[in-house]
Amino acid sequence: MSLLEIRNVSKLFGGLAASSNVSFTIQKGEILGLIGPNGAGKTTLFNIVDGVYPPTKGQVLFKGQVISGMKPHQICKLGLARTFQVVKPLQRMSVLDNVIASAFLRAKNKAEAVEIAMETIRFTGLEEDKDVISRGLPLGKRKKLEIARALATQPELLLLDESFAGLNHSELNESIEIIKSIKARGITIMIIEHHMKVIMSISDRIVVINYGQKIAEGIPQEIRNNPLVIEAYLGE
Amino acid sequence: MKKYLPLIVLAFLAVLPLVGLSSYMLHMVILVIMWSAVGMAWNLLAGYCGQVSFGHAAYFGVGAYTSGILYYQLKLSPWWGIPISIVVVTGFSFLLGLIVLRLRGPFFALATLAMGEMMRVSAENLNWLTGGNIGILIQERTWIDKTYYYYIILAIATATFLVVKYLMQSKIGYYFVAIREDQDAAESLGIDTTWYKTIALCISGALTGIAGAFYTNYMGYIDPHVVFALHDISIVTIMIVMVGGVATLLGPFVGAIIMVFLAELVRSIPGLGVAHQTFFGILLILIIIFLPNGIVGDFQKIKRLFKVGGAYK
Repeated sequence: MSLLEIRNVSKLFGGLAASSNVSFTIQKGEILGLIGPNGAGKTTLFNIVDGVYPPTKGQVLFKGQVISGMKPHQICKLGLARTFQVVKPLQRMSVLDNVIASAFLRAKNKAEAVEIAMETIRFTGLEEDKDVISRGLPLGKRKKLEIARALATQPELLLLDESFAGLNHSELNESIEIIKSIKARGITIMIIEHHMKVIMSISDRIVVINYGQKIAEGIPQEIRNNPLVIEAYLGE
Repeated sequence: MKKYLPLIVLAFLAVLPLVGLSSYMLHMVILVIMWSAVGMAWNLLAGYCGQVSFGHAAYFGVGAYTSGILYYQLKLSPWWGIPISIVVVTGFSFLLGLIVLRLRGPFFALATLAMGEMMRVSAENLNWLTGGNIGILIQERTWIDKTYYYYIILAIATATFLVVKYLMQSKIGYYFVAIREDQDAAESLGIDTTWYKTIALCISGALTGIAGAFYTNYMGYIDPHVVFALHDISIVTIMIVMVGGVATLLGPFVGAIIMVFLAELVRSIPGLGVAHQTFFGILLILIIIFLPNGIVGDFQKIKRLFKVGGAYK
């Protein structure tokens, strides 16, 4: 059984089909890259999976259970966490408090929440900044904070929405290492990314979306040589 | 020092009546303490959970009328109103929450404002229950000496302080602040935002209601215009917390001291009439511009200002 199954999902905003009849699955333990030109409907798909929007048609199944129609907090409780492309730190809270707030989902008491939070903060390399009010963080660290916060809910599936955008070279390498060690912990990842070099090197499989439709799916090597994908990115 | 500050304040307040205050001064201090309790309750919902209510008179009034109606209709001691108002106002807040908590930001604020006014109009017109505009007069006062009332409201305010302090250190507190900072992010972290907002509203409402029930007992007379007042209850509550410090534990207390005594002072200026209210409008504007976090929240800023060399040193 696949961990996540997206089954014939369509989402209409008025007359605009942000997703139309998209189907694919994610297997436990893999990193699935989701790519496509700007406005292709990648984030919409994330929002459908994580419960922000109900799909107009189709279903999303997580661990065999239909989750479309549930609220984001219910889906998160089942073990599916996400980060936001436009980062949403809890601004007037410190980095540590941000992560504690999300660690409370699984923790029985505050001591345990703090423990989970500290462990996650060390894991994502935010230890030096733990007492900084998150409003004052530079973008690279806010992106890391998004990941730390999602991880602290102890998910089985992590959705990363452009966690690499706007990072400099060393931050980029650091983040790639973090993603790899998240995978090593047995957490499945679906990632949206524009940085082709990154996505090709870390993904096990890639799904390509254009105008809301899935146009290709396969291992990175296949995607790189797929004429439809090349056309979508470079034009005819 | 900072850790023990609430204890020092409490100890000071506990011995204050022993120094022999005049009945008038004692009345002022009782009002200060009552308003601190209401301010702390409002602060829990608005300051920490970010749901700014413009209608806290609704909870204050329902609490006050719980006491009043128990006396007026059932001939019970109005003191029963204090424990019973907890149940009544919690239930009332829950029902109100089902309606107003669907809304966000300014829409929520406007809905609460409307709710407060609706409660006033209802209390005016439900003559069979509330006695309408004639109000309810408690004919037998329990004590003439205000000292007893003083210690009762001090106990209520202390309990309110402890509830808020305890909640804000626990999981619920983290969730409240997370909701204030970003509802969508909070939801994605597994926080049932609707449920936790309902909890904040119910606790805040119940704590306000207790103060309302005390008010009935202390003043001995209530009518819809007094306890459901938009300006004198709902707006004053907001002013107190804004002046003292939003989302601070002691802010409501500091704000209540300033607002109660200032209101008394301004009211005593001859020939001003209702124009004294403009004064509070100006004060609010100045606070928002210069001390957006209130006196407690921006205390460091104030300290810098009074240091030798001024703010630029």
